[in-house]
This record gives sequence, C-alpha cells and structure tokens, in this order.
Amino acid sequence: MATIELKNLWKEYGQEVVLERLNARVEAGEFVTIVGASGCGKTTFLKMLLGTESPSRGELLLDGKPIPAEPDETRGIVFQRYSVLPHLTAERNVMLAGELAANRFLGHAFGEQRRVLKEAARAMLEDVGLGHALDKYPHELSGGMQQRLALAQALIKKPRILLLDEPFGALDPGIRKDMHALVLKLWKEQQLTVFMITHDLDEGFYLGTRLWVFDKDRLDLQAPGAYGARITYDLPVGKDDRGTLDDIASRVDTTARALG
Amino acid sequence: MKKLINRQPGTVGRWAYGLLPFVLIAIVYTMASGARLADNPNDKLLPAAATMVDSMTRMAFEPSRRTGDLLLWADTLASLERLGIGVGLAALTGLIVGIANGTIPLVRAGLSPVITGISLVPPMAILPILFIAFGLEQLAKIMLIFIGITPFLIRDLQQRTMEIPEEQIIKMQTLGANTWQIILRLVLPQIMPRLISAVRLSLGSAWLFLIAAEAIAATEGLGYRIFLVRRYLSMDVILPYVLWITLLAFLIDFALNRYSRWRYPWFHDRNQ
Ligand SMILES: Nc1ncnc2c1ncn2[C@@H]1O[C@H](COP(=O)(O)OP(=O)(O)O)[C@@H](O)[C@H]1O
Ligand SMILES: [Mg+2]
Repeated sequence: MATIELKNLWKEYGQEVVLERLNARVEAGEFVTIVGASGCGKTTFLKMLLGTESPSRGELLLDGKPIPAEPDETRGIVFQRYSVLPHLTAERNVMLAGELAANRFLGHAFGEQRRVLKEAARAMLEDVGLGHALDKYPHELSGGMQQRLALAQALIKKPRILLLDEPFGALDPGIRKDMHALVLKLWKEQQLTVFMITHDLDEGFYLGTRLWVFDKDRLDLQAPGAYGARITYDLPVGKDDRGTLDDIASRVDTTARALG
Repeated sequence: MKKLINRQPGTVGRWAYGLLPFVLIAIVYTMASGARLADNPNDKLLPAAATMVDSMTRMAFEPSRRTGDLLLWADTLASLERLGIGVGLAALTGLIVGIANGTIPLVRAGLSPVITGISLVPPMAILPILFIAFGLEQLAKIMLIFIGITPFLIRDLQQRTMEIPEEQIIKMQTLGANTWQIILRLVLPQIMPRLISAVRLSLGSAWLFLIAAEAIAATEGLGYRIFLVRRYLSMDVILPYVLWITLLAFLIDFALNRYSRWRYPWFHDRNQ
C-alpha cells in the first residue's frame, strides 16, 4: 500500500527558500487537505509528489523508495484548469487511459476491447453525473462539469494517489459543495490516498481525514524568501474547534500579506 | 440614433456593403476603358470587357494552334500541380519537424538554430541554384515553393506545439502515455487545425514563388502565360488571368477554412 514519507524535505529556487524541514508520514487511504497563503509553496509540494519538481534537500519517499521523478499512472491529478483534453469528447476523454494501455503504439482500441472501454467510460461518467454529456466537447461544458470530467478521467485509471490543486477554486459555492460530496464518495469507493490543496480554510476543516497548514513560522518582512514554509498545523479532521480555525486563519493572513 | 460603433448591418446590408466596392471598381474601370478606347480604338492598356471575354473564350475553348492544348486549362493544371505538390510537401515537413521540435527538447536543441538560419535566406536569391541543381523542369519550381514556405511552417507549428498547456502533457503521462502516444493522441490532433491555418497564411507566398519561377523558366503555367503575353501588351489576357488566379486562391483558402471548421469544431468554436 502507498505510504508517503517526507524526511527533512526542502525546496529552494536559487536564494529563495520555498519549503523547509518538512517531516510527515501519510498512510494509504488518508485524505490530506492542504491550506496556506498563496505563494507559500503548496503547488510546489504537489509538483514534488507528481514528479515534475525534485526536492533540493531531504527525501520524499513512496513505499520507502524515492518518488519517481516524472509523472506516471501511480499519481493522478486534477488541476484548476486545462485538465481535460479539448479535442476529445467527454466519453473519449474518459476512454483515453484505457486506449493508451490497449495499444502501446497507436494508443487506440478496436472491436470488443473498445466496446468494453466505452461501457466503462459511460458508467464512470454516469457516476459523476455527466451521463447526459457523453458527446460534448469540454468547451461545451460548464466549469463544474469540466472538473467532474477531469475527476472521471483521472479516476478511471485507478491511481493510488490523487492530487488535486485547487480543483474547485473557480466554481460557484453551491457547485463546490456538490463537488466535495463527489470527491468524498469517490475517495471512499476507490480507497485512494488524496492530497487536496484549497484556498478555502473552512473546506479543509470538514473534508477528508487530515488538515495541513503550510505557513512560514519564521518570517523576515524585508526578505520573505529567506525562510521557507513548514507544516505548522497537522490536525486530524473532526477534532477541531472554532478557536483553532480562527487562529490559523489569522496566521495565514499575516503570511499572505507579507508574501503578497 | 445609436452611436456609429454600435450599428450593425443586417444580412442584406452586409452583402450590399460587401459588393459595393467591387461594383464601383467595375464601373470606374469601364468608364476609364471607354474613354481611352474612344480616343484610340487600338489602345491595349485598358481593354473593353467584351475583348477580354473574347480572348478568354479563345484561351479556354479553342485548341492552341501551336500545341493543340486548351491553354487556360493546361496552364491552370500545370500551376495547380506545382502548387499542390510544393505546398503539400512543405505542410508534411512542417508538421513532422514542427512537432518533433516542439515536443522533444533534444531534437529542438539540434534543429532549431539551423532552421532559423535557413529561414533567413531569401528564397528568390537561391532560385538560380535551384535551376542549376534541379533543372528547368517541375522539380526546381516545386523546390522553390517548398524552400520558400517550409521554414515558416516549421517555426509556426513548433511554436503552437510548445503552447499546448503543460497541464495536458502531464495529464497524458498520469494516464500512462509514453512519448510517442503523447505525440499521436495529444499533439498531432491539436496541431492539425493549426497546420491548416498556417498553410492558409503561407499560400500567398506560395503563389508568389510559383509565379516567379514560372515567369523565369517554364513552357506552361499561369505565371508563364502572363509573362509571355506581356511582350505583346496583351492586357486582354493578363487581366482575366490575374482575376482567375485570384479566384483560385480564394477558392483554395475558402475550402481549407470550411474543411477545418467541419473537421475540428472544438478548435473553432472554442476560439469564438
Ligand atoms: N519554477 C520556479 N522557479 C522559481 N520560483 C518558483 C518556481 N515555481 C514556483 N516558484 C516560487 O515558489 C513559491 C511558491 O509557489 P507555489 O508553490 O505556486 O505557491 P502556492 O501554490 O502555495 O500559491 C512562489 O514564491 C513562486 O514564486
Ligand atoms: Mg498554487
């Protein structure tokens, strides 16, 4: 099972320290929500999990081994935008993973194999509430529908780890609630390990199993890049109270002003 | 009364406004031509419409006394063949090299500088070299079109390829795609409509190179004919030929645009 370990993990760009001394262990099946001021390194951390950025010091381990340094099918991702392919219909977007596996050279499936993939894609789309939009191109879908499609596309591949970078940041509050319910449902069904970044602190307090706050505990106002962000809070979700929430909110705000 | 910037013509108005300049040009030409011919009935500079129709009927429907060909069609076929092969080869090369350059950093590092260098050579300056190397027949003219527009196509498609959002390339990898599959299932389909628009943009230059090459050395072709009859000041042939070339260029552009809209709706609708 997927266990992720952060051992004295650092990320620096030249002189700028983005993340420093991260230590944590995440078991398979956990749902970690990450909050923090914009610019404090949340996306950078997700990119390290994804493999498009590498740690500058320390280790990031998956099952005891350094996490692969390029994206692959163990880690699915949904970005805030551009996650689905604009030139494929909803159904073809979801069939894609299966087609790529079916034929390593052409990346297409034929005959019976294709029929099976189509069936599975339809079931998945039905599951995320897009059963009526099979033949629509992404530009014909609303923002919320596109993100549902992105989830369906990522999850049909059955990744062990799902990375979500502010996936619902651009959606209306009402639709966001629906999307949360959907993510929680899929997480339980597929027994995924989830890392989700959100800029909405409240969201982190009721979603998933664990809340991480990324924040700079040392802050030099003259040189915000001198010290990196750390995990300043690591709370089990559900055992929190309003006081802690307000406390975190005011600290993150202070950092946000310094960075902004 | 609305402000001028907010007033839109209706459907009929749009056509009327669009046609008006053409009608005006035709009227001005007819008047100028009539005035000159009244002065001197042998004037060749601005032939009357009837004269042009006569000449073109001869070019299109009466076999030439020298070769036995229907000249207009023989010229058209010869030119379109050169243009088609030249542009087709350029498009294919532009597609392959542009995508390779745009997706694979190792290829780009090797090829990009030399392509930039080649694109700076004025194609017309090497036309003599092409005639020496490939002879005076088809190949030299096709090569001129090819050399003239391929660097542009490669550079444009490389740029478009590199503009594909990083997110989508990462996405493909998380769905298990290898490099070749990323090219085949992500890059190629997204570049195809962009190839068509790049080709549409380069067709103007392609015609230029074609006519230039035909003017210098050819035995048939639209450009050859215009430059041949220039010796006899045959404006009655030159003007209709120019109109005919313009019409061909328009039809090709129109067909490419229609095809692209039909085949790649996701590309065109999204950009609206
Ligand atoms: N490729 C890069 N080169 C240099 N600095 C970078 C790069 N990527 C991110 N950064 C810096 O890292 C910091 C954190 O960025 P990011 O992880 O995107 O923040 P967040 O997602 O928390 O808003 C920012 O100050 C940003 O300028
Ligand atoms: Mg971010």
